Amino acid sequence: MKRFDKVMSLVMVSAIAVSLLAGCGNSDAGAQADNAASETNNEAAASETDTTEADDNSAAADSTASGAFKIGGIGPTTGSAAVYGVAVQNAAQLAVDEINAAGGINGVSIEFKFEDDECDAEKSVNAYNTLKDWGMQMLMGTVTSGCSVAVAEKTSGDNMFQLTPSGSSVDCVKYDNAFRVCFSDPNQGAASAQYIGENSVASSVAVIYDSSDIYSSGIYEKFVSEAANQPFEIVSAEAFTADNKTDFSVQLQKAKDAGAELVFLPIYYTEASLILSQASTMGYEPIFFGCDGLDGILNVQNFDTSLAEGVMLLTPFAADAEDELTQKFVTAYKEKFGDTPNQFAADAYDAIYAIKAAGEKAGITPDMDMSTMCEAMKTAMTEITLDGLTGVGMTWDASGEPNKAPKAVKITDGVYTAM
Amino acid sequence: MKKWKMTKTAKNNFVTYIIVLIAYIVVQILLKSGNMSSLMEGLLVPLCIYVMLAISLNLTVGILGELSLGHAGFMCVGAFSGAFFSRCMDGVMPNGIRFFIALLIGAAIAGIFGILIGIPVLRLKGDYLAIVTLAFGEIIKNLVNVLYIGKDNNGFHFSMKDSISLHLGEEGQVIVNGAQGITGTPHDASFTVGIVLIFLSLFIILNLINSRDGRAIMSIRDNRIAAESTGINITKYKLMAFSISASIAGVAGVLYAHNLSTLTALPKNFGYNMSIMILVFVVLGGIGNIRGSIISAVILTLLPELLRGLSDYRMLIYAIVLIAMMLFNWSPKAVEWKDKLKEKYFSNISFRKEKEVK
Repeated sequence: MKRFDKVMSLVMVSAIAVSLLAGCGNSDAGAQADNAASETNNEAAASETDTTEADDNSAAADSTASGAFKIGGIGPTTGSAAVYGVAVQNAAQLAVDEINAAGGINGVSIEFKFEDDECDAEKSVNAYNTLKDWGMQMLMGTVTSGCSVAVAEKTSGDNMFQLTPSGSSVDCVKYDNAFRVCFSDPNQGAASAQYIGENSVASSVAVIYDSSDIYSSGIYEKFVSEAANQPFEIVSAEAFTADNKTDFSVQLQKAKDAGAELVFLPIYYTEASLILSQASTMGYEPIFFGCDGLDGILNVQNFDTSLAEGVMLLTPFAADAEDELTQKFVTAYKEKFGDTPNQFAADAYDAIYAIKAAGEKAGITPDMDMSTMCEAMKTAMTEITLDGLTGVGMTWDASGEPNKAPKAVKITDGVYTAM
Repeated sequence: MKKWKMTKTAKNNFVTYIIVLIAYIVVQILLKSGNMSSLMEGLLVPLCIYVMLAISLNLTVGILGELSLGHAGFMCVGAFSGAFFSRCMDGVMPNGIRFFIALLIGAAIAGIFGILIGIPVLRLKGDYLAIVTLAFGEIIKNLVNVLYIGKDNNGFHFSMKDSISLHLGEEGQVIVNGAQGITGTPHDASFTVGIVLIFLSLFIILNLINSRDGRAIMSIRDNRIAAESTGINITKYKLMAFSISASIAGVAGVLYAHNLSTLTALPKNFGYNMSIMILVFVVLGGIGNIRGSIISAVILTLLPELLRGLSDYRMLIYAIVLIAMMLFNWSPKAVEWKDKLKEKYFSNISFRKEKEVK
């Protein structure tokens, strides 16, 4: 009997400890954000005194908390794609804090909550349901394409407004309640082919792409079909997969043998950095051309940035851009999270501001129900023009696609320069 | 009046059915009265899927006694064949019938794969079998990732390269799009369907275990040489258990495909991670203990979702809880202590049945 009591008390104690932890976990995020905003920036010591202090700081926000807009976010913050999810979470939080500090949407503050989906469609739907239980009114997500398609099915069933920062596959916005900030994959492929053709960058092109990745194969397919209308020829197209992405000598050798003047890389920067260094070892020096996935290549650790000299890429966002908005964002982000923001962060930041702009246009109020709000937002979304980080004068049409010009940049002397 | 008496195993199986039935009724009451959160509501179908996977793997691991690490591969086969059928036939026939046929197709194709894989693989034993099934799971996942199938007026087009080389006509559409998988599968899965399928799988597995065939299968597990010398056809019974287990996993896959509108073969959902996850359900619930598999599958699927409040720490806590639960259930000291406890408090009730299931 004694032993049984002991065990029971142990169980009870751990249960209490867990519930305490859970409580902290929730208030932590708010506390951290507020602390950072007031430039104390001591995340580690989010003890109870800090929490109360932070609460005082954000008294303005809390007083209207009952009537706040609840925006949810979904993305991978654990697992292999965590880089993207964390970037989106941070940048969105940054934007929300800025908006709240400036008076919110129509004078109503925003509450933002981000849930992890581990880059798994099934978990993403779970995260969506969790957020719905929390009382989410609009969804800023999800970060990755596969999850976004699965969640869009649910949001369209519930008629909830959805704006994905970076879900680029075509099906992400197939319902009328869903919009996106980034370019779709086909758009990027077509834009790249047109750019190469119209500016006569090269006459023979090789492609190296990741056939196991939706982003990469989506761009590749559209690039190939658009290339038929352009005055250049694709001389070699070689794929690799996620299981086999460290040695690219075969693909590069084929491109070299085929005499390609330009190698098109619709892939992410980690693999691209390997390709660049392996090509340089082989003594093969074509022009390298990429899409927004190459953004970040200059920050790869142990990568000789001189190899990236002359690389061209189409990207909506470059952290080194000179304009005021980008500078302000990059400084604030670095200060708060100690990291250079990537394109995903920029997309998320723009997404929150797009919601703000559309919300003000539509004149939404927090007491509206989800469906009415969605209808209002849907119309307003097509009427706004947003000058954001990822494009100036962005507009949306009813299909959910953004209209913005891709920026082509070239790496010279270790920085992006516009072309 | 003659008193109807159940045997001990029948009573034990009956308890398992009753548990599932009670769970169904409770959930239905909660749903009807609107007391269920959207998160739980969304988790109901995945729970059914994992329960089916766990009990089907338990047939291979617990009853046949062979360690298989390729169970997610069979689920993948079932999911893709079922979703492919549904995608082709959507709108052509009534939804209910289409879904029913999709389930049958998923079960049949996964079962055929089970036999095909089983013939060479079941010659191996122990660790070798585990590694070969692991490889099989990975092969299936990678094959699906390079498979392109399209449909137009001329019929089906296949390719292993990319969707451009399908050369589809004007009206053609790509159904299986390589790494992008199948999108737009109709949403047919529901909790009721899931529970019915669990009942069916339970019925098949429990009856198999307690049948003549089941005893033959268990005799192979316990002593292969003795079984062979009594004239039991080892290959036949091994294949039987393996393919039944595979086809139930296939049905679970079809359910999975019809629960989400996007189906991609990622390492996360159909890779070895998933296979090991199912194996964890089985081991935690007790190898050979069907009821235990159900309970552990439910608990371990719910746990990471219920821990969402812990935000960044939840995957860590999940792992720790898993270790603690394994130790509590299976460390010799813990087992001894639990036995003592039972004797002390429940000495008048017979608790021997748990040992007998095993």
